[in-house]
Amino acid sequence: MNKEPVAIAPSPEELDYVEMDKIIEETYGSDKENLIMMLQGIQGRYNYIPRPALAYLAEKTGVPLSRIYGIATFYATFSLEPRGRNLITVCLGTACHVRGAKRVQEQIEQLLHISNGQTTEDGSFTLESVRCIGCCSLGPVVKINEDVHARLSPDQVAKTLERYE
Amino acid sequence: MRILSVKDLEKISEEFNEKLSFPQGVKVNVGMASCGIAAGARATLERALKEHPAGDSIEIRQTGCIGFCEEEPLVEILAKGKPRVVYKRVTEDKLPDVFQDYMEETFSKKLILGQMRDPRSVIEEDRPNPLEKVNPIKGIPFLDEIPFYAHQIKIALRNCGYIDPDSIEEYIGRGGYFAFVRILAEMKHEEIIATIKKSGLRGRGGGGFPTGIKWESCRKHPGERYVICNADEGDPGAYMDRSVLEGDPHSVLEGMLIAAYAIGSSQGFIYVRNEYPLAVKRLVSALKQAEDFGLLGDNIAGSDFGFHVKISTGAGAFVCGESTALMASLEGNVGRPRAKYVHTVEKGFRDGPSNLNNVETYANVPVIMLKGADWFSSMGTKYSKGTKVFSLVGKVKNTGLVEVPMGTTLREIIFEMGGGIPKKRKFKAVQTGGPSGGCIPEAFLDLQVGYDELTKVGSMMGSGGMIVMDQGTCMVDLARYFLDFLKGESCGQCTPCREGIKQMLDVLTDICEGRGKEGDIELLEEMGSMIQKFSLCGLGTSAPNPVLTTILYFRDEYEAHIYDKKCPAGVCKPLFHYEVDEKACTGCHVCALKCPQQAITGEKKKLHTLDQEKCIKCGICYDTCKFDAIVVK
Repeated sequence: MNKEPVAIAPSPEELDYVEMDKIIEETYGSDKENLIMMLQGIQGRYNYIPRPALAYLAEKTGVPLSRIYGIATFYATFSLEPRGRNLITVCLGTACHVRGAKRVQEQIEQLLHISNGQTTEDGSFTLESVRCIGCCSLGPVVKINEDVHARLSPDQVAKTLERYE
Repeated sequence: MRILSVKDLEKISEEFNEKLSFPQGVKVNVGMASCGIAAGARATLERALKEHPAGDSIEIRQTGCIGFCEEEPLVEILAKGKPRVVYKRVTEDKLPDVFQDYMEETFSKKLILGQMRDPRSVIEEDRPNPLEKVNPIKGIPFLDEIPFYAHQIKIALRNCGYIDPDSIEEYIGRGGYFAFVRILAEMKHEEIIATIKKSGLRGRGGGGFPTGIKWESCRKHPGERYVICNADEGDPGAYMDRSVLEGDPHSVLEGMLIAAYAIGSSQGFIYVRNEYPLAVKRLVSALKQAEDFGLLGDNIAGSDFGFHVKISTGAGAFVCGESTALMASLEGNVGRPRAKYVHTVEKGFRDGPSNLNNVETYANVPVIMLKGADWFSSMGTKYSKGTKVFSLVGKVKNTGLVEVPMGTTLREIIFEMGGGIPKKRKFKAVQTGGPSGGCIPEAFLDLQVGYDELTKVGSMMGSGGMIVMDQGTCMVDLARYFLDFLKGESCGQCTPCREGIKQMLDVLTDICEGRGKEGDIELLEEMGSMIQKFSLCGLGTSAPNPVLTTILYFRDEYEAHIYDKKCPAGVCKPLFHYEVDEKACTGCHVCALKCPQQAITGEKKKLHTLDQEKCIKCGICYDTCKFDAIVVK
């Protein structure tokens, strides 16, 4: 097993402000209407949204921190907690649900000893669920990082997870 | 190259239509929509490109999805003077066999899904069929003879699977942008709106509001007007918009351009789900190309009409499919809906008159403008015109996207096109309309699909998800599932929705976990009708639908949970257990090998036993047993 240290929340000094400015100013023109996409950009960079980034975003855009925090917690894709090296996203759309997605999720939970929303102790996996990724014909579907695993049955879970470190 | 007139379009169209229909050498189209990629199409494409790099006599291309997702990855091969053949389940390892099969013209039934009869789209009737003089392959069915495609008429999906979505020239090659450029030169705003009104086109995203009337009222209001595309396809189980965006993004842009011209708007927005990364990518590339061709931006096609489009990505909130919530989110706020005393066509985005239609609606527009309102309204039922794309998924043999005329019956869609239920299991219900819809039982299978028809039986059209369920689906659990979904997605502003859904969910959870009691069903009905009446937005008012329709049609299942403490479908874990059927068990030992708990024991060829203490009811044995010897008790 890969023993890289788990990503820790950067302190304000550790935030890459040059990169933050690039996202906020260059890509999204410091426009308040682009707040959601700025947060997506930050999450794309850090794999989650570090809290100091929220404060910096408030300072740069002039939007109160409370409102930015509201946005970051309202939308499901944002995470304020650091996530593991591999992100497992179980699709819990209706088509996947009737084809047994819940049982696949339970199997993952059992194998990794974590429940939905948690990260394994060694930082290798974070388990999340999504409402639907639109691959309904191939359910149950589990996305690991960018790979979509189709028609996954509970007994295939262990083998599939082995491929990720 | 900037398009200035219909003539410019014609030049490109002819050149690229020739390339699409009569390629030099062999052309291979790999279906590279998200579903295809999930089934392994990327590996297939990569291998094909490695073996036949650019410049080779075999040209490898990517297209969108031709809809039959069950048989993905799909690969189509064509060559001048030869039949066009669609191969199924072409995973990377099968590629050499497929190439050999086409080159040597062995045309093996095992590999082939079907051959094409006529690749032209509905707007290309003036052109000759490129396959007219090609001898068909004997013994291989035409695609339209395969039940899955039999009833289909493709309007919104007309180019999906035929063109490279990243090529504007190919879109033009199949008649794209002709509707818009002609309108710009020849038509007045009122004429366009009149045509759309007359066609009977209604919103394909859920509400089913007449599109022409929406455009008309938006145009009436003064101010900076906005044309917005709802690509936040949130209904779980529906993915037609994803398919259109990934396979034919220009059709949506053209629809938006026509709407913008008709309404008098110079600024457009596409609000697309961030969960669809490929759709976003293809949209970005389509926008860039349309700008390069002078079809977006200022002075479009040499006129004084200008239209700019911005793409905004959502961040995973179902409620943002609601118009006012979507507009709040576009403004960079949390996606909370507001009461609609004032409609968004009057005051919406940035308080300006805003027209919001969804992806499929816009994709229909260019075709209506070219073929005429009468042609469009000749299809369908009295109040539901044209075609509708449904995503046929769940417990059905042939899963995929089907575009059928309104008025096609559920039975035709599920049993003829879908091929019925797999594993000889029994049909139980079909769920339409997503979390706002309802479950339709067997008794209504002959119902013709249409907006009002579906509403009459307690469900709704929604965005076109059609999730088929068999005896193994527990209706109480399904109702609980939807409420759990909606509890998470309620924006929390109004009490009936925020608290009511939670209370209903608590009652349903009790029922599913064996704590149901007399009076629970009536309590659910009472709370349901209260939430319907008093919620602020469409999410709340429709939230109880899945519960109320399942109570209406499957009350016995609720009663079994409450009074007998049994889950007949074998889903609610505290209410059932698995047993080995002594008569059916052959002792094949497969279940014992697969059981993660080693709860099943027995010698080969002898009756096996299941240790209830160890069993975690994961269902692996139930799914793997070929002899139906694991039974739900």
